[in-house]
Amino acid sequence: MLIVEPKPIEEVLSFLDGEAGVFIVACNGCPVGAEVGGEPKALEMKARIEDAGKRVTGLVAIEFLCNKALSGLHLARHISEIDEATCILVLSCGVGVQAIANTVDKPAYPAFNTLPMRGAPGVWQSTERCNQCGDCLLYLTGGLCPVTLCAKSLLNGACGGTNNGKCEVDPQLDCGWYLIYERLKRIGRLDILKRYVPPKDFQKYMPSAELRNSRLWALEKKGI
Amino acid sequence: MSKISEKFARGEFVITSEVGPPKGTNIEPVLKEAEELRDCVDAFNVTDQQSSVMRLGSLVTCYLLKQRGLEPILQVTCRDRNRIALQSDLLSAAVLGIENVLCLTGDHVTLGDHPQAKPVFDLDSVQLLKVAKGLTEGRDMMGNELDGKPNFFLGAVVSPGYEPIELQLIKMEKKIEAGAQFFQTQAVYDVKVFERFMEKAGKFGVPIMLGIVLLKSPAMARYMNENVAGVTVPDELINELASVSREDRPKKSVEIAGRLIRQMKDMCQGVHIMPLGWDKYVPAVIEEAGL
Repeated sequence: MLIVEPKPIEEVLSFLDGEAGVFIVACNGCPVGAEVGGEPKALEMKARIEDAGKRVTGLVAIEFLCNKALSGLHLARHISEIDEATCILVLSCGVGVQAIANTVDKPAYPAFNTLPMRGAPGVWQSTERCNQCGDCLLYLTGGLCPVTLCAKSLLNGACGGTNNGKCEVDPQLDCGWYLIYERLKRIGRLDILKRYVPPKDFQKYMPSAELRNSRLWALEKKGI
Repeated sequence: MSKISEKFARGEFVITSEVGPPKGTNIEPVLKEAEELRDCVDAFNVTDQQSSVMRLGSLVTCYLLKQRGLEPILQVTCRDRNRIALQSDLLSAAVLGIENVLCLTGDHVTLGDHPQAKPVFDLDSVQLLKVAKGLTEGRDMMGNELDGKPNFFLGAVVSPGYEPIELQLIKMEKKIEAGAQFFQTQAVYDVKVFERFMEKAGKFGVPIMLGIVLLKSPAMARYMNENVAGVTVPDELINELASVSREDRPKKSVEIAGRLIRQMKDMCQGVHIMPLGWDKYVPAVIEEAGL
């Protein structure tokens, strides 16, 4: 299980700024366990962003977003609502946001931060990776994670070592920033790439005392 | 005041070369090589553990050049130091009178001679530029006030032969926004590639120095084509270099470098020559280029 916490609503509204329509996808898996996710929380989120004057084109809650086949089936029933939206707001861990980004050609924005558990995996085997950095940046990259995809975890674009879209560390590895560029270009959102990304706060990589003393952490340790 | 920044401001063409600190403490030969170029180049880049190979430090080598009245450009990479050490080293540089600072991401540690090392990359090149600029404004990256502030002329790098070039140009603009005041490019051997790049980058209004690595042999040129990102040596140049005997290669290399600079110098504001040990041929390249 991955533990998530909601981002402050101000941060969510800041990256939704300029988006004409929002489709909300909520994960009914781990976030429900963390008591911050699922359909009821998605409805709360809908109300809050509508209060801020945003249009919500639709909403869906799906068991585990990391199961992309299942997510795809659910999302297919909402195609017209997704078409009407300019972006997807995803209430899940970093794996779920990236899975949605790889399924829908719209920027996928994270509503949550994924908290550090020191190596806990997603529920389904998945190509997406989340480093649980505690400060999700997927809204700055169109939904691909530079922390896990770039060998240097660079935040402001590719280094000079990229060779034909491959990483200088291993020619079999894709350059994460090349993937991010290609994706943002494909969905016509290269403007997102021009934003300055400040250095990461590495304090957030440490599980907090509050989290370590929680019921969730105990469950995680017991492997329930 | 940085001599190269003054020269750029006067609209004069700036020539820089490169000094690679030794693996060990034997610094004299390096200083002597730089000394011999005193009258023909404006400043010397001093590389920071180039190619992730552990060597003598850039900062102390810059200081030794400065002591001899030569103008250094301190290269700073994000590979080996976290944000505390980077800021501290920048302050140290300022106290030693070093003003030109070139900010880079740095190669990954796995490419060097200590591949087991922990790669740091706490900051990236854009963030480092912003932090360095902040120091010149009298505050550290947390906003704490400094007691005495540095004066830097901040440089950055860009790769004109990189594909897709748009990704480089977006990052270049971010670097300028963050504080970059001049650019040195990756080596370019194709006038058309540089032309295409300068059509876009020339509009940013920041001095750009063409990068040239002296071609020592056809094998080296082919190696760069296969292994150095963003560098393409056209087959004509490789054949031209291969057409002469081994003894005549330096002469041919000088001719090629001089010709390339001559063809591209009017598109940019300076040239950065990377001799990779062939420092003694730099004066001839500059003469051949008509500078």
